[in-house]
Amino acid sequence: MDYLLTEEQLAIRDLARQIAEEKIKPVRAELDEKNEFAWDIMHVLAQADLFGLYIPEEYGGFGGGCFENCIAVEEISRACIGISVSFAASGLGCYPILLFGNEEQKAKYLPQIASGKRLAAFGLTEANAGSDAGGTRTTAVLDGNEWVLNGTKQWITNGGEAEIYSVIAMTNPSKGARGASAFIVEKGTPGFSFGKKENKMGIRSSATRELIFENCRIPKENMLGKEGMGFLIAMKTLDKSRPGIGAQAVGLAQGALDESVQYARERHQFGKPIISFQAIQHMLADMATQTEAARALIYAVAKFMDSDPKDVSKASAMSKLFASDVAMKVTVDAVQILGGYGYMKEYPVEKMMRDAKILQIYEGTNQIQRNVIGAALIKEAASSKK
Amino acid sequence: MNIAVCVKQVPDASEVKIDPQTNTMKREGVPAILNPFDTYAVEEAISIKEKVGGKVTAVTMGPPQAVEMLKLCVSMGVDDATLLSDRAFAGADTWATSYTLGLGIKKLDKVDLIICGKQAIDGDTAQVGPGIAENLGLPFVAYVRKVLDITDTTLTVERLIEDGYEVVEVSLPAVITVVKEINTPRLPSLKGKMRAKSLEVKPLSAADLGAIPENIGLAGSPTKVFKVFSPPVKGQREFIEGEPAEQASKLVAKLHELRVL
Repeated sequence: MDYLLTEEQLAIRDLARQIAEEKIKPVRAELDEKNEFAWDIMHVLAQADLFGLYIPEEYGGFGGGCFENCIAVEEISRACIGISVSFAASGLGCYPILLFGNEEQKAKYLPQIASGKRLAAFGLTEANAGSDAGGTRTTAVLDGNEWVLNGTKQWITNGGEAEIYSVIAMTNPSKGARGASAFIVEKGTPGFSFGKKENKMGIRSSATRELIFENCRIPKENMLGKEGMGFLIAMKTLDKSRPGIGAQAVGLAQGALDESVQYARERHQFGKPIISFQAIQHMLADMATQTEAARALIYAVAKFMDSDPKDVSKASAMSKLFASDVAMKVTVDAVQILGGYGYMKEYPVEKMMRDAKILQIYEGTNQIQRNVIGAALIKEAASSKK
Repeated sequence: MNIAVCVKQVPDASEVKIDPQTNTMKREGVPAILNPFDTYAVEEAISIKEKVGGKVTAVTMGPPQAVEMLKLCVSMGVDDATLLSDRAFAGADTWATSYTLGLGIKKLDKVDLIICGKQAIDGDTAQVGPGIAENLGLPFVAYVRKVLDITDTTLTVERLIEDGYEVVEVSLPAVITVVKEINTPRLPSLKGKMRAKSLEVKPLSAADLGAIPENIGLAGSPTKVFKVFSPPVKGQREFIEGEPAEQASKLVAKLHELRVL
């Protein structure tokens, strides 16, 4: 379907597609197998100016928005979401600075992230604080002109590879959620180290590690926003980034659909290509329809978000929820269409199906997304009664 | 450092078919691409500029549609582009092409270095690079595989030769041709693509260059093509069977028989 993209958006799409085809497809299986971070591809994406799509031009970015970023993420994801999550997680780490940073913080960090010279990451999750971010144990205590951080963040995408971290820590644990604050921590700061690299089911080329803070001292001015704003910053950041997860899902589903159609045309059984059988056609038709519906929703939500509305939580949650469920279903069906070959690592759909599962889990499980949507419905109904 | 990089639009070799009647290439409907060897020249020019500063200008002689290729160069990071385009340039062989490109390069601000791909994949002559050097009276190094050092006045390179490489230092300005071992060409960047979209290239004609009419195009080309043909496929082949040692001795005997050895 033609979404009437602008010339700039088409240029982004074509460039990201070219990188996906020429640079990512040839190496994705090996990176997956070796659990290896794709630095070469990160450099290609940086050189292509794609890291700063959503960052204003005054900070070295392209001056686009969530939509432009989603276009790039979708195209990269057609080839590999292990790579696209490394790319997109730099944005996740950047949003707290972009949305809540002061002028000095923006001037210092945004150009580095926009150019792709340094990757960013976002540290929220902990062993006992997943869906319930209120369980955060990492603390930050002011000592003179420095904040002293202690605690461990878990499953942090780009952990170890990124150099700029936006981290949520409790500055006043007695206040619960209102006692959290956000900080910028740079790799190399004494007392800041990384745990082991996780051995994952999918997105294996992405780095997922613990962030360990042991009396890690950072300058006072590295606090983002005001003290106590930590969870607000985290929630606004996730609102912004969720359509990006949706875009990963759309790209992945499209990639799996493309493989399925191509295979079904080439594979002969009973003397005919299997695509001539209605059973296959109907599966492909559903996969294509669901993928297109997910794309339409992601694009609509991304454009809505770029109009700077007051509350985007519901739409943002819907985009992530719907698209990731579609990606899971479409990749499962892709493996089914390829049959025994689909189950083998020689064909890419096996990896795609393994990769898809994380989309229903990270950046808020799909159950949490339904909670967000449900809460919004209750709020809307209550306010319309007045 | 002002660098000129000479580029050529060629038919995509993977799409080319030969007309069996005329023995010429069927160019209709074949996409035109940047000569693959020239992409290494473009990359090298850009990476030298990134190291020492300056400006890179892509220069081509060709029809108006060659602008698309120049825009591709700009999207990769080339700063400016010059198109030499005139019906009078048509039919030029390597001599007339070198003369014309030489005049085009003279039109640019003081050029310190001229980089060409080692050859174009359509003609495969590898003559235009040295031809430009000759026309401009500049030193020339062919088949450069690595740039070792560059100063305001000298360039030190490794050049590929049959049984290895040699290190050559040359005074600037100079002309070099590069081989594919020299680098991995980058893809376009988004900012480059946007700049390329708004780029306006004003073609320079024979008159603009002050070209002598007898030296350009078909009239200025000493090469006369009498016949073009694709060699017929001969079905003569023989498989030598047996253990490796046995195969080797049979092969040597065969080569003696054919008087190759």
